[in-house]
Amino acid sequence: MKTKKVVMNAEEIDRSVTRIASEILEANMGAEDLVIIGIRAGGMFLAKRLRDRISRTEGTEIPFGILDITLYRDDILTSNRKPALGKTDISFSLDLKKVILVDDVIFTGRTIRAAMDALIDFGRPKLIQLAVLIDRGHRELPIRADFVGRNLPSSFWEEVNVCLTETTGNDEVVIEEG
Amino acid sequence: MKLSSKDVLGIKDLSVDEINLILDTAESFLEVSTRKIKKVPTLRGKTIINFFFEASTRTRTSFEIAGKRLSADMVNISAATSSVVKGETLTDTARTLEAMNPDIIVIRHSAAGAPHMLARLVKQSIINAGDGAHEHPTQALLDMLTIKTEKGRIAGLKVVIAGDIAHSRVARSNILGLIEMGAQVTVCGPAMMIPRDIDKMGVSVSYRMNDAIKDADIIMMLRIQLERQADNPFPSDREYSNYFSLNSRNIKMAKPDVLVMHPGPINRGIEIAPDIADGVKSLILKQVTNGVAVRMALLYLLAGGA
Repeated sequence: MKTKKVVMNAEEIDRSVTRIASEILEANMGAEDLVIIGIRAGGMFLAKRLRDRISRTEGTEIPFGILDITLYRDDILTSNRKPALGKTDISFSLDLKKVILVDDVIFTGRTIRAAMDALIDFGRPKLIQLAVLIDRGHRELPIRADFVGRNLPSSFWEEVNVCLTETTGNDEVVIEEG
Repeated sequence: MKLSSKDVLGIKDLSVDEINLILDTAESFLEVSTRKIKKVPTLRGKTIINFFFEASTRTRTSFEIAGKRLSADMVNISAATSSVVKGETLTDTARTLEAMNPDIIVIRHSAAGAPHMLARLVKQSIINAGDGAHEHPTQALLDMLTIKTEKGRIAGLKVVIAGDIAHSRVARSNILGLIEMGAQVTVCGPAMMIPRDIDKMGVSVSYRMNDAIKDADIIMMLRIQLERQADNPFPSDREYSNYFSLNSRNIKMAKPDVLVMHPGPINRGIEIAPDIADGVKSLILKQVTNGVAVRMALLYLLAGGA
């Protein structure tokens, strides 16, 4: 039987987003040249929340895009699982921009590798920084996040799910095993 | 989700779910062609052969661009410059190509069923790029994508297909697909260009443009295939044009927001008036753009994944 444990509630998620937003502004000394790109599907709502938070604090509209990494996956020709191709929507050049890449969970790092390859096709950013809500470890590539909501040691076979009001109706992070 | 067959031979074999999968995937691919760097690495190391026994600009180029934007290696063969002129049979040519281990073979042939024969013969995926007067599934898919992106839906729309229905593989594939997706289809043309019993495909038949076009959401004009008209089915281009062209007068019978399509190449002034072909209601060039996305979707769905 599957057991389910809530590891972050709505309030904790909200506080993490607020903290990450100020860390991003602190590290980049403001919002100049900042753009926020969310990875579909998990990262895109978090990215939007971060964008809204930063835009409000700075009183300026931060450009926002959505990236689908399916076409850049390293298992697309070998895996039997075929994820549905989603839309990418980045309507501006990334040339000389400071790109904040956002995902919900970082695990093996393979998604982020694919995302970075995809981003480079939209221009040559000044830098790319990674923000995630959960770092669950088990990296298979030399990649780390710049901004982390919570480090969550997990077993490889567990599932860590970030549920957000935009999709499931409530904000919580759960670990499922079994 | 995946396609159930290794091949795409006709709309007839595709379920509603499969058509929706192809259209949704194609919609996501539209964006790739708007980028500055119009290339994704997805089909790196895949080989696709474009094998065209009949003349073609848009379909062949469209497949080639689609494959290249997915990073596949594209090889073009036309019958005129291949061993076909030395008398090699289709079977032998196919086995030869198979031995070079491509992943997908795209074929256009004047004989209906040629792609189907190839599909049984070789292990590679076969895509039908037009076989005789039988089917042209990728054209119908790009037409359906165009209707869906422009009108937001296909079901419930009134679509008129006008011209030489009998010789048209585009008409046949579109009728099959549009009916399956819930559109209401009317065909129109001179009596000798409308196959007997076509109503059994679920379409209404009309022999007068004004009647057919009434309340149409979409009018799809077909090219009068002068090269297939050896037996002169109508007295003159002028007479055909008088009765069956789409022009600024008869288009008023359609809905005010009617959109006009044509698979190309157009015979300007014969089946379609130039001001309609180039006008604001025309989707002709959008169809071409969408064709690349549909073909990218098919190549991706057939070659991507184990």
